[in-house]
Amino acid sequence: MARGKGFDVTRQPGFTTVALLCFVMLYLPIVLLVVFSFNDSTSVAEWGGFSLRWYQSALENERVQEATIRSVIIATAASILATGAAVGAALATTRTRPWRGQTVVFAIVNQPLMVPEIVTAVALLIFFAMIKVATGYTGLWYLIIAHTAFCIPFAFLPIRARLQGMDLTLEQAAADLYATPWQAFRRVTLPQLWPGILAGAMLAFVISLDDVVITEFVKSAGQDTLPTYMLGQLRRVVTPEINAISTALLAVSVLLVMAFFFLSRSRK
Amino acid sequence: MKRLLMTTAALTLSGPALAQELQLYNWGNYTSPEMIEKFEEETGIDVTITDYDSNDTALAKIKAGGHGFDMVVPSATYVPIFIEEGLLMEARPDQMENFEHVAERWRDPEFDPGRRYTVPWQWGTVGMVVDTSVYEGDINTAALFLEPPEELQGKINVIPEMMDVMSIAIYYEGGEQCTQDREVLQKVRDRLLAAKPHWLSIDYGTIEKYAEGDLSAGLYWNGAALRVRLQNPDYAFGYPQTGYPVWSDNLAILADAENVEEAKTFMNFVMEPENAAMLSNFARYANGIAGSEEYMDEVMATAPEVNVPEELAGAGVDSKICPPEAQQIYRAIWTEVLK
Amino acid sequence: MTDIASTRPTSMRDLAAARKREERRTRAFLLAPAMAILIFAASGPLLIVLVYSFLTPGDYGGVVWEFSLKAWFNVFAERDFFTEEIELADAHLSIMWRSIKLSLMTTVICLIIGFPTAYFIATRPRGTRDFWMLLVIIPFWTNLLIRTFAIMELIRNEGTFNSFLVGIGVIDTPIQMMFTEFAVLVGMAYVYLPLMILPIYASMERFDFSLVEAGYDLYATRFQVLRRIILPLVKPGVVAGSILVFVPCLGAYVTPRVLGGGKNMMLGNFIELQFGQGRNWPLGAALALTLLVIVMVALIFYVRAVGREEVRGHG
Repeated sequence: MARGKGFDVTRQPGFTTVALLCFVMLYLPIVLLVVFSFNDSTSVAEWGGFSLRWYQSALENERVQEATIRSVIIATAASILATGAAVGAALATTRTRPWRGQTVVFAIVNQPLMVPEIVTAVALLIFFAMIKVATGYTGLWYLIIAHTAFCIPFAFLPIRARLQGMDLTLEQAAADLYATPWQAFRRVTLPQLWPGILAGAMLAFVISLDDVVITEFVKSAGQDTLPTYMLGQLRRVVTPEINAISTALLAVSVLLVMAFFFLSRSRK
Repeated sequence: MKRLLMTTAALTLSGPALAQELQLYNWGNYTSPEMIEKFEEETGIDVTITDYDSNDTALAKIKAGGHGFDMVVPSATYVPIFIEEGLLMEARPDQMENFEHVAERWRDPEFDPGRRYTVPWQWGTVGMVVDTSVYEGDINTAALFLEPPEELQGKINVIPEMMDVMSIAIYYEGGEQCTQDREVLQKVRDRLLAAKPHWLSIDYGTIEKYAEGDLSAGLYWNGAALRVRLQNPDYAFGYPQTGYPVWSDNLAILADAENVEEAKTFMNFVMEPENAAMLSNFARYANGIAGSEEYMDEVMATAPEVNVPEELAGAGVDSKICPPEAQQIYRAIWTEVLK
Repeated sequence: MTDIASTRPTSMRDLAAARKREERRTRAFLLAPAMAILIFAASGPLLIVLVYSFLTPGDYGGVVWEFSLKAWFNVFAERDFFTEEIELADAHLSIMWRSIKLSLMTTVICLIIGFPTAYFIATRPRGTRDFWMLLVIIPFWTNLLIRTFAIMELIRNEGTFNSFLVGIGVIDTPIQMMFTEFAVLVGMAYVYLPLMILPIYASMERFDFSLVEAGYDLYATRFQVLRRIILPLVKPGVVAGSILVFVPCLGAYVTPRVLGGGKNMMLGNFIELQFGQGRNWPLGAALALTLLVIVMVALIFYVRAVGREEVRGHG
């Protein structure tokens, strides 16, 4: 086989075409969704000129407003709690010597990633209904705790990765200088850990903001979040208002993900 | 910033707000926003609506407990279950001020003798919605979805209401409501299984999907069919001659409601003819309140979807609850249809 | 002197023991919040599901606290109402089969599209790879419901795709895609594609192309290079990606619900049905656990295929 100068060892026939098509496919539906959210006509398929009317009608829709506020409250609370819990778990699995039972801890932390969401949702429906009947409390905390649980692994991964990648000399030096473990953590570990914590919190926030299935099963009276509200609407009236809400939610997710991306890159 | 967030969270999490509120659990796309607005303005009570899509969903959620709802709107067939399970409050709407407006036909129904628990919300029928530009034949037959003509095959939606679908199919095969006759039921099962491949979906299908042409025919509620026609005049509503269900939905207060006084105020409010008319003008069903007609839109007065043609009125069968043994067989058949 | 010499080793041992205790306490303190939340709201409730699967369904939903094996029996078998014979639960098994079939098909589609894409990214100049990865990650973190909805708008009869084809005159009447298994398949492949690309890319990123060069020096064809050199080395990524796609597909709920039109139910939807219209909570619980078992089998297969060390490395 003769190989000229231009021979590219990395080339595989057709791969580039498939890859570029893949990117088109990934973005075409989303782009169409965004474009049609600015459509003036009531139809979701025919273009009737540029307009912001669907954004306006979404903004004025009381149920959308309430669902949005509720989504943000749940996502904020769940991401703060999950990140706090994840920092502890990450420290325990990186800053102490390996111990027996570590595998169990990993299994429990990663459980929400492995067990199908619908199974957890069913379990929580039954369990929380029992508690609700026993205590009479029906507030938002059920959703917050449920969201916190499945957000923990998402916060845990970037934080643990950051801890593993950190230089231990400074922490050891602090310990040699008689800093208490807490002082060492606050003054030495935490400042280096911040990008990991922020990344973890943002991931947790996006995950919570997007959840449909568990929320749908756990929610009580008047506790629709933006995604469950949309799911309810999808089966009835498909107006471009849903496109507008989607686009707004999309923008939030994209901003957070890009921030996450650059934060987690910054360590390299 | 953090403190601000915490305060907001604390405020929102501390349970019911101080202002008067009412948690209404109702079918989706069924409650007139104008009427709710009027109620809020008149009484200062803040109404929150949560949707459900079937009686069973509502029953399951309420039975599980800890739901936080004050009011629910079950169909007549489910009212006895709700009462029997102790889920409804005996609110005595029959002693309320506006009860005098309730039409004679709905004053003392079998499902709630003497109206001790519920007030009429809306009532209607289940029948065929058909795009007459696609299919020109007779539309007053269940054959449209049980033995679909070629033009409609693959363009049919059937609402996933087990009892309605089963009943219509049973009537079509010559059986009676709640029958446990194996021979009839076997025919029903075979008929449904043979018809299913011609259905596009078994969904609560949106009004828009008919109007925009994703669907051409289906088993649907009469009011929803009227809303389809108002968006696309080609549509008409057919009443299966072999028999079709007549249903009614009824507003009730839940036994563990937290806002009982607000709920009673609301109950009384919807029996006011003007307010009941707002419900009908939105959802396009009749409402069971005498004197509400004069507040209704022009289109309601003449619509064949709401005013059953005389020659077909006799085919209507008031829905009632079937014994558990019958329901068990129906569910087995229905599961096979859904699979 | 002698005193010190004799006491010292003991005190050192004490100190070491004390430090160990201290460390254990710190560890417990650090782990407590995460473990408490996860056991309360994720692992623990699974046990309740197990209990419920052995109870009797209430007439109108819920359970009656009477032990029964009927739910588990019903997962696989049923008594025919007409012939009174016990036979395989055709409805349940065909829904299970559809779930497994569609999940496998989705995995294969994602692999066919995802592998070349990951390869493409891995062979870009170092500086631009991050950009391409960002392009993959953005849809991944976009709301699943929104992406499913976007697909729906694309493939509806009056949707963009059909309007376009009718517009340029390729077809007269729209092609029916909504509410078919095809729609569910397209939706799931679209939604889970990034989960295939990410791990394959991760295993290709550090791929040494001098091996490929050596292959060509030995007169291998491009296909031989792909099959004999590249594929074996990125196998862990391919297996990981396949599992990451397969597992969530099995439990999919939103995509089949929105795109399947109630006629193409998957296990997730069928489980939900038992808690509503089906009025059979124990059966729902038993089906949920059956789904869990299928997923666990897939995960064990994954562990076997990649080896324990790999898994721990990913975890």
